[in-house]
Amino acid sequence: MTKTPPKGRKKPTTRYFDAAAVKSEDGEAKPAKLKRKHQQKFTGDFLKMQSHDKNKKLHNKKRPAATEHPKKQKIPQEVLDKYSRGDAVDSRGVKTRHFKEKQQRKEIYLEYATEQAARTELLLQETAGQLEADEEEITASYRQEEIAANVDLQSAAKHFRLKLDFGPYTMRYTKNGRHLLLGGRRGHVAAFDWVTKKLHCEFNVMESVSDVQWLHVPTMYAVAQKEWVYFYDKKGTELHCVKRLSRVNRLDFLPYHFLLAAGNSVGYASWLDVSIGELVGNFNTGLGDIRHMRHNPSNGVLCIGGGKGVVSMWSPKVREPLAKLLCHSTAMTALTVDPKGVHLVTAGLDRMVKVWDLRNLNETPLAIFRLRLPANEVEVSQRGMLALSQGTYLETYTDVLHGGGTANSNKLPYLRQRCDAFVHGMRFCPYEDVLGVSTANGFQSLLVPGSGEPNYDALEDNPYETSKQRREHEVHALLEKIPPELITLDPNEITGVDAPTLQEKVDAKRQLFHLKPPRINMKMRHKMKGRGGSAKAARNKQIVKDCSARSLFRRCARPSRASSPPTSMAMTATMCSRRQVGRPKRQNPYAPSWIALSPSPRKNRSPLIEYLIVVSFI
Amino acid sequence: MKVKMISRNPDNYVRETKLQQHKVPRNYDPALHPLEGAREYVRALNATKLDRVFAKPFVCNLSGHRDGVACFGKHPKLLSTLATGAYDGEVRIWDLANRTSVRSFVAHDGYVRGIAYARNGERLFTVGDDKTIKVWSSQAPDVGQEEEPVNTILSRHILHGISHNRKDNSFATCGEVCAIWDEKHNDPIKTLKWGVDTLHTISYNPVETNVLACCASDRSIILYDQREAQPLRKVVLTMKSNKLAWNPMEAFNFTVANEDCNLYTFDTRKLRTPLKVHFDHVSAVTDVDYAPTGQEFVSASYDKTVRIYNAHQSHSRDIYHTKRMQHVVCVAWSLDNRYIFSGSDEMNVRMWKANASEKLGIIRPRERANFNYQEALKEKYAAHPQIKRIARHRQVPRHVLNAQRKMRMVKDKELVKEANVRKHSKKGKVPFVSEKKKHVLREDV
Repeated sequence: MTKTPPKGRKKPTTRYFDAAAVKSEDGEAKPAKLKRKHQQKFTGDFLKMQSHDKNKKLHNKKRPAATEHPKKQKIPQEVLDKYSRGDAVDSRGVKTRHFKEKQQRKEIYLEYATEQAARTELLLQETAGQLEADEEEITASYRQEEIAANVDLQSAAKHFRLKLDFGPYTMRYTKNGRHLLLGGRRGHVAAFDWVTKKLHCEFNVMESVSDVQWLHVPTMYAVAQKEWVYFYDKKGTELHCVKRLSRVNRLDFLPYHFLLAAGNSVGYASWLDVSIGELVGNFNTGLGDIRHMRHNPSNGVLCIGGGKGVVSMWSPKVREPLAKLLCHSTAMTALTVDPKGVHLVTAGLDRMVKVWDLRNLNETPLAIFRLRLPANEVEVSQRGMLALSQGTYLETYTDVLHGGGTANSNKLPYLRQRCDAFVHGMRFCPYEDVLGVSTANGFQSLLVPGSGEPNYDALEDNPYETSKQRREHEVHALLEKIPPELITLDPNEITGVDAPTLQEKVDAKRQLFHLKPPRINMKMRHKMKGRGGSAKAARNKQIVKDCSARSLFRRCARPSRASSPPTSMAMTATMCSRRQVGRPKRQNPYAPSWIALSPSPRKNRSPLIEYLIVVSFI
Repeated sequence: MKVKMISRNPDNYVRETKLQQHKVPRNYDPALHPLEGAREYVRALNATKLDRVFAKPFVCNLSGHRDGVACFGKHPKLLSTLATGAYDGEVRIWDLANRTSVRSFVAHDGYVRGIAYARNGERLFTVGDDKTIKVWSSQAPDVGQEEEPVNTILSRHILHGISHNRKDNSFATCGEVCAIWDEKHNDPIKTLKWGVDTLHTISYNPVETNVLACCASDRSIILYDQREAQPLRKVVLTMKSNKLAWNPMEAFNFTVANEDCNLYTFDTRKLRTPLKVHFDHVSAVTDVDYAPTGQEFVSASYDKTVRIYNAHQSHSRDIYHTKRMQHVVCVAWSLDNRYIFSGSDEMNVRMWKANASEKLGIIRPRERANFNYQEALKEKYAAHPQIKRIARHRQVPRHVLNAQRKMRMVKDKELVKEANVRKHSKKGKVPFVSEKKKHVLREDV
């Protein structure tokens, strides 16, 4: 194309590649000026090969729409929040430019990782179950038979009832939700694949059975019998008799720590490491008969409900409770922790069911249900559905935080069920829409649409795992066994910066008063007459003593580096005795420890007050 | 009633035949992955332990020399070729892939002082104690023919080292003077002098190829520009520097191996204070060579060990030693950043992995991904005391341990003494001098 000449200038010279444009302007063909000699002999038509102008810069050119990549969909904020590990760390507190830039780059990566994780939601195959009532009906009015009649055959087969004679029963599902273990008070133990209804084993231990619990694989389980705890395998062979766990009432298993937690009838809480067969913690809680015990899946802390309406939280390496929570003014009848480890649900004889936020124990309950009868069992499903039973009657609510009962009578239960006998145990089956109920005379599997998580992660729990996969998974899980010292109220403590709190600093200062200088074994050199003398020797000795004491004080009083990570496991264990639990906040997992993080949740006092407190102690 | 329940079709979750991979549906919801921090910490701990378990850096031993190995020449084009010179004047060319010596010839009377390959790798220059520079072809002679140098240049001065320009056909030798030569001429183009009797080592800057650096026997490091008639600058340290290596990526920095057990990294623009002092050796450091990435360098020492340093850190990241390795004289980092060569007094050339726990051989993508993940974990949790302790732990020979203790004791004693002197003298009379500045005496321009 030809350039339009600016005013006052002559027309620019036409070059060979302008030929095509010239032609279109004048309407008649002009011979193109050819470059090379052999091209001049050419007697054919010219085809225009290059459609674009050579002079034009490449990046100015707009690409054809066909090759353009479709723009990435923007992810809604609530989905991003689900995958986010917390707010970004403010890099303002970082001292050097190098680390500041590093920190900012890291945040960009983390944001990208969150976004990528959120994008994988597109690949999830299943959707959650649901139950919608027709007009002028309520979901609570539907019977189990009606639901079973309206779902597909595979799901309908999940509704079944077992009439058993050795009740009352306790029950457990495996972590992947595939297998079921039943234990009858009068000695009956049965393990089976409840989906295919294939029985693994069934036998009577000829002793009372108080609780049963699967171990890390669905081939082994523990049974708390009259005197001791026994381990059996899938075929019912007795593997172990653990005599160090005696008169156990309640069993629980911490899958990532490989700890079998047991609470016994005289108030002892015990943690047995099933991979090495050692008791990692065993002490008297002073609570008396332990009847209600659940572990918090998000941090591994054991919640024990006492007779006085107090829930206390225990870690195997700390002999006093990490936290105590007064939930009811009367005795407790049941407690449970939701699978996400966010809510604690307690029920008491005061006929109330309360929901507590486990991350913020100082607050009042999030929700209160007032019932006509005290709830004797409560349970929360993966998607936050609450089930509670009162004797033979049980009902479920769609949301843990939806207050119900007589206090809020317009909140109707989601489903109701009246069992034929007293309900003694209840569990939601993981990754299924099923609630297992064990009663005084058997077991019922109830359909509760929308209760289970539809999409499992095969690297965590796989309902369809083969025996080879199971073995592989077992090895990996054993390699990643978390040491029991890391059981703390804040599960991310290990990734945080270990900045000592003011209390710890003051305590360390106070310790200095009780410091004993090491004894010095000094041998005075024998000196000639007139040179030595006991007074001189004593003085020299005192000087040496003072020097060593001073150096010791200096060494101990040196402010422990505020940013150093926990010095030992023991320290982590002591740190967890802090009562308050902050809101979950990413403590910058990637930051090197020497970065001083600006907003620390622990430092909530003003600097002046801190200073005054320190001064008052010194 | 509208009802839907979770009802999985097993076809979507179970593989059809044994020839297929197992189906592994993922769900990255954080709620399904509890205890992230603690599990990751345990993984990082395991990765660190595995790293130490697999830390077996020694690859092979190349034996053949009949006297101590004095110098190395890296081929600029071929990774599997290395030339070594010995104290008895013999030069050997090694095929590293097959771990054999493919050529050997006696090049000089007395020591071979330096070997340098030409830019294209077709010629090999050696200098020796017999005051000659010999030029050899990279091709081995035909069967039955004798090894003959392509050219022999008689120098008027003693020669101690040689370095070839990275970008043109000139090379430089040092000895009594620093001489710049052209490949085609038998006389030096230029000689540069700065009142020194001996220059031990010479090195061309790899990027700004007109700049040269020499270490002299009067404890100085001299910078030259080959376009100018006079040397540029000189910095004098407290003790003699043995070798000098330029950082190939940040070519304004260089590192010298010093007689006082330390290495010093200098910025050419600011010679008065070194950028970093690298400690940890317990005897004179004899040689230093940079990794092609410029991030790390390797040093050889008279204390019979080879140490690897991060260029920006003052303590070594790794130490290599064997029972049989004697005083290490020369060291080289291969140009693919994977291996380290060390030549020592007891006539052996050793080949080490640059990363002690690296797996050699073909690595499948899944394994590679796993290694990358472990690296990231190790870095993320590196500050945790347990992990740090395991990652830092090295078994060192007893004599090194004893020497370390002794050096620490001496250093402590000096510190105490200095503090006492300071306490009893007038304020400001005994100034605080940083460790960096202590070792640099002066800078001349």
